[in-house]
Amino acid sequence: MEIKVGQNILAANDAVAADNRAAFGRSIFAVNLMSSPGAGKTTLLERTIDYLKDRLSLAVIEGDIATSFDADRIRRHGTTAVQINTGGGCHLDAQMVQRALCALDLTDLHLLLIENVGNLVCPAEFDLGEAAKIALVSVTEGDDKPLKYPALFRDARVFLINKIDLLPYTDCDLHRLRSAALSINPGLTVFEVSCRSGAGLQDWFSWLEGETHRWRGRDE
Amino acid sequence: MHELSITESLLKIALAAGEKGGAVRITSIRIVVGDLTQVDPESVQFYLDVLAKGTIAEGALLAAERRPLRAACRDCGREFGVAEFQFVCPHCNSGDTAIVSGRELYIDSIEVEGTEDLACGT
Repeated sequence: MEIKVGQNILAANDAVAADNRAAFGRSIFAVNLMSSPGAGKTTLLERTIDYLKDRLSLAVIEGDIATSFDADRIRRHGTTAVQINTGGGCHLDAQMVQRALCALDLTDLHLLLIENVGNLVCPAEFDLGEAAKIALVSVTEGDDKPLKYPALFRDARVFLINKIDLLPYTDCDLHRLRSAALSINPGLTVFEVSCRSGAGLQDWFSWLEGETHRWRGRDE
Repeated sequence: MHELSITESLLKIALAAGEKGGAVRITSIRIVVGDLTQVDPESVQFYLDVLAKGTIAEGALLAAERRPLRAACRDCGREFGVAEFQFVCPHCNSGDTAIVSGRELYIDSIEVEGTEDLACGT
């Protein structure tokens, strides 16, 4: 006997993500930062915090399989950080973020930066309730990454290309990297940056600050 | 390896649907997976074999149906099959396109043995 089900497998995650989205409302701009391990997510956040912390009220949720290294790094920049340890889990899910929100004071918060577990596959499948997904790739990873992990790039609002100071030492074709991502998602906003040298970062800071204001200022 | 959490959710939904329908055994679970959805059905089957032990879904087989990646152009209104993840409209070259299929991940149906099936002979 066949029983019709017709139910989304990730419905439970999506329901919690909707709760998170409701908790953020239009007062908190939440972003979900995704990349492979070592692409520079935490360094990007450190740089971003240094620039934005006097301009916006912000907090960070750090997702890692183990350790609190990243949250410790963020706290040294004078920002609240909650560390989630997934204990082997390869991605953050909406429930983990919901639990982390309990440890944060959401009143008067403008910007929530969520650093996902380093992985280009699994995080793409789980809605956290964020307003924007940010994809980060460093040039040392190679220019074929967007086409190998298309789902993440299709859903992202921004594509950050990091470590451009290392371009002379790699075979990465920046044009190929950019156009691969843009063919998957022509609406992507692309920034080429070096978190080490600071090149290109100002454009990203301005985008993030502007979008946070836009999110908070727009009426539903 | 996010297939583990996906299989946990899948099993929960299948068990609830089976119990609601009075099933004593779930023999197969039919899922629909879009071509852009990054889920490996073989891996889901592997986790299902382990997670379903001791439940009415023990030994259930997973049947996965793929859905091709298709998009619609918001400018010219035409639909197209997305080859090699090129989302630019092949008709008018617009980049303003929306996915119409290929991102699915749902349980379509389950095949069960119900209490009635067992009672038939009596």
